[in-house]
Amino acid sequence: MFKNDFSTPTDLECSPTRDGGTQMHTVKVEQSHKLEHFSIRSLVTDNPPLCKTRLTSARTNKYLPDVRAHTRNIFSEECVRSTGAVMCDQTFVAVTFGPCESCAKTSPLMNIYIKTEPINYCSFCVEKMACQGLQAGESLASLKRESATLKKKLDEERNKLNDVELSKVAEKVETLSSLSIKTRRVLKGHNNKVLCMDWCKDKRRMVSSSQDGKVIVWDAFTLNKEHAMSLPCTWVMACAYAPSGCAVACGGLDNKCCVFPLSMDPNESPVTKKKLVAMHTNYLSACTFTNSDMQLLTSSGDGTCALWDVESGQLLQSFHGHTADTLSLDLAPSETGNTFVSGGCDKKANVWDMRSGQNIQSFENHQSDINCVKYYPSGDAFASASDDATCRFYDLRADREVAVYQKESIIFGASTVDFSLSGRLLFAGYNDYTINVWDVLKGNRISTMYGHENRVSRVRLSPDGTALCSASWDTTLRIWA
Amino acid sequence: MTSNSSISSMRRLVEQLKLEASVERIKVSQAAAELQHFCLQNAGRDALLVGVPAGSNPFREPRSCVVV
Repeated sequence: MFKNDFSTPTDLECSPTRDGGTQMHTVKVEQSHKLEHFSIRSLVTDNPPLCKTRLTSARTNKYLPDVRAHTRNIFSEECVRSTGAVMCDQTFVAVTFGPCESCAKTSPLMNIYIKTEPINYCSFCVEKMACQGLQAGESLASLKRESATLKKKLDEERNKLNDVELSKVAEKVETLSSLSIKTRRVLKGHNNKVLCMDWCKDKRRMVSSSQDGKVIVWDAFTLNKEHAMSLPCTWVMACAYAPSGCAVACGGLDNKCCVFPLSMDPNESPVTKKKLVAMHTNYLSACTFTNSDMQLLTSSGDGTCALWDVESGQLLQSFHGHTADTLSLDLAPSETGNTFVSGGCDKKANVWDMRSGQNIQSFENHQSDINCVKYYPSGDAFASASDDATCRFYDLRADREVAVYQKESIIFGASTVDFSLSGRLLFAGYNDYTINVWDVLKGNRISTMYGHENRVSRVRLSPDGTALCSASWDTTLRIWA
Repeated sequence: MTSNSSISSMRRLVEQLKLEASVERIKVSQAAAELQHFCLQNAGRDALLVGVPAGSNPFREPRSCVVV
């Protein structure tokens, strides 16, 4: 909830606004712990760095920024009353100063809405009210104890079903001979670290993004650069190809994700038609289109993931649960699947239901940040790569980790993973510049792919499984087959 | 404020754990067998695993030199 004291406002009706005028009906907003007054018009035109969905002002028919997904709400009073907005319990709108409805003391009031009922209490009474919601005997300590026992019970339930190791079951499977995978193409063109890449469904085009803000669309067969865009922000950490092949999405330190339509016209740069879709309150770490071009799923350094409608920029669903930066996400492979997995700096990998926003399963086995998560081709399992130098394999129906891919000689963190088409091979890129190939079933390392001269930031299998592309901080991409 | 937010976040954590505890699970042996079955079933189509004839893999084709 609201963390800072706000100073007693004396004259809210005629406060000076950021755009220089004095206006009636200002909305007081807390931005980076500094209280500012915005007129509704300057909120719309000024584009302050707030996350965005849209809400029409009942009075003016203009769109107002609505920061519902996070910590702050900015609504005009009319809008809140007329739409009966339901706010998450982390939000408030502080607009008035007057007598508290509960204790009658004159003080700055927190106008909160509990299931469309407006309540104007001072902050002290709000806190008292929250405590009244506790059941008899419930307190912070008792809740802590309950959560500890539940955690233990959850671990016990999971362990009961752990009757055999995956590697034991796979003992009878033929050992794999060494693979003949070599570098077949080296894609040069970026001037700085390549941070992310993605294949197009046509199996030959790819998009890659780098630290200097450049996003390049390549034809992997001919090594032609079909499109090259310069983004104003550096560290474009995420890029994704649309399923239709007609657009790419990218973003990074600018906290946004923009969609760029790709046209056949060589004179038209995609940058001119760019569409801002996602806005977070921290860097964008990963993005992917869902089964269509119309929806975009993003994860961010602010610890949340979000599902956006590309056409309107509307936030469709947000996913809260990580307690630190979310670094990676992956959609479940099936057409009907409605889940995705995310991994973050809180060492947790969470599985989410896209429709309800609910966190259905959570795995906390890693000992450090999870850099990448990827679903197994059948959709029943997923793998994760972490800074603790291990990759782990989790089965969703058994609800537990079933394999750990590690070696004493591997001490550098793994930054990326991908499965081969059958799911038998796991390709993991590490910070020691190599890509290790693991046998998913037996748990041993089959071979190591050398070639990059700096950290491997991303490995991705081509859509038909014939090739693997790796992106690296050495400014190149390599295609292995 | 801090006590309020931590109480509500603890409550949410307890709810979340209850939800997770109620998930239906199968035995690891069964899950492992199904994973193995999927691998072996699709192993034939996996180009990186078994290798495909050099002609059909566009990346393995020897490229003619291109004048830059």
